[in-house]
Amino acid sequence: MSVRALPDAEALLTSLVQQMRPHVSPMTGLIGIVTGGAWLAERLHAALGLKVPFGTLDVSFYRDDFQHKGLKRKVAPSDIPFEVDACDLILIDDVLYTGRTIRAAMNELFDYGRPSRIRLASLVDRGGRELPIAAQFVGANIELAKGESIELTRDAQGRLALMLTRE
Amino acid sequence: MFLSSNPQLNKNGELHHLLSIEGLPADLLRQILDTAESFVGVTQREVKKVPLLRGKAIFNLFFEPSTRTRTTFEIAAKRLSADVINLAINVSSQSKGESVLDTVANLAAMQADMFIVRHSQSGAPHLIARHVNEEIHVINAGDGRHAHPTQGLLDVFTIRHYKQDFTKLRVAIVGDVLHSRVARSQIHALRTLGVPELRVIGPKTLLPSNVDNLGVHVYHDMAKGLKDIDVVMMLRLQNERMQGSFLPSPQEFFKFYGLTMEKLALARPDAIVLHPGPMNRGVEIDSVVADGNQSVILPQVTFGIAIRMAVMSILAGN
Repeated sequence: MSVRALPDAEALLTSLVQQMRPHVSPMTGLIGIVTGGAWLAERLHAALGLKVPFGTLDVSFYRDDFQHKGLKRKVAPSDIPFEVDACDLILIDDVLYTGRTIRAAMNELFDYGRPSRIRLASLVDRGGRELPIAAQFVGANIELAKGESIELTRDAQGRLALMLTRE
Repeated sequence: MFLSSNPQLNKNGELHHLLSIEGLPADLLRQILDTAESFVGVTQREVKKVPLLRGKAIFNLFFEPSTRTRTTFEIAAKRLSADVINLAINVSSQSKGESVLDTVANLAAMQADMFIVRHSQSGAPHLIARHVNEEIHVINAGDGRHAHPTQGLLDVFTIRHYKQDFTKLRVAIVGDVLHSRVARSQIHALRTLGVPELRVIGPKTLLPSNVDNLGVHVYHDMAKGLKDIDVVMMLRLQNERMQGSFLPSPQEFFKFYGLTMEKLALARPDAIVLHPGPMNRGVEIDSVVADGNQSVILPQVTFGIAIRMAVMSILAGN
């Protein structure tokens, strides 16, 4: 089994910043999906110099697989420290796959208010969509075999890295 | 009478019913508290609702009247988007001679997903849990003198909210421990979560004779019992206990065991005061204390909803 070279997460983050910069205003609200998306939102928020504080979402209470999987062990409280109503939002996730997490996130967001717009940024798009959802900002497209998945990790210094896992 | 294996857990060791805190591992209690933490945020939003239990039918089976507890379970279920059906059974089928199990079998045939059971007889929720089919979850909302697990959980949640670390606390439970299912659930929860010093304070007639078997220290004098205490958990003195041989009079009880500012001053200055409600002001607690800045009685009510949301969603997912 060959170890596939994954792109450098820090370089993908830089690419996301460059893509997003022309399309954000200081009043754009970033919302990171726990856990990887929240790390990214924190970094993007600083790099883009946004005024509105970034928010985090744990979509566990909105997932469509609750009936099969139940509740995960540790649900982080969602935290959106700004008014969602009429706000221009960008959802941030680490790996975009089926689109079901994004659907859950949008459902949750609408329980906070009616945003004026929601866009999506993802560090990695691995294809395999099961819902009509597309990202406006993507760090890299990566094809994965069945049973493989990618995870974002963060070390003690805050450096981000991608990790390939196999079932 | 209980089976050797815990009847509350499924074969994977996950919580299937919540009947009693006794015998539940600390890890499971922490899971409930952590999940409730996330629901506190939900209850503070504009839309205080998540779609988790959409389409589920939850029956409040109250064989003993209790407006407050029933309401908090109802609110919790509605905030999870479940459909809630309230049944006060003492006034319907029981008076026609239908047995508890017949009532439950009928409701199960109506595709119930969860039963919240309050009963004056200890063990009634266990009986129901043993006889329902395995898709149905049962939550004990108070049975006789036995247990009131969601109350015990919301109390420890409140303590954790204000004091963070259980392993450094001195906690006193004050009043009618003998008749209190709340006290039993509190004692099991606090011991499981590692509270090193747990005291019960009350007159001899209102403390069970074997209470020290539960690992608590017994005091009959508030001045001694409240010394260095971080958390004071008051119990409700039930009106029906005030007659007969248990107590001379409510006034007498208040004099010795009612929580006044003077008595509270004997505890640590940052001690918090809990009460499961409804309070008898001037009997077990003075109004000045109940409404004072060390009282966390109203936050208990708010947290109670989050705890019940957590228990329902964990059960429904297992």
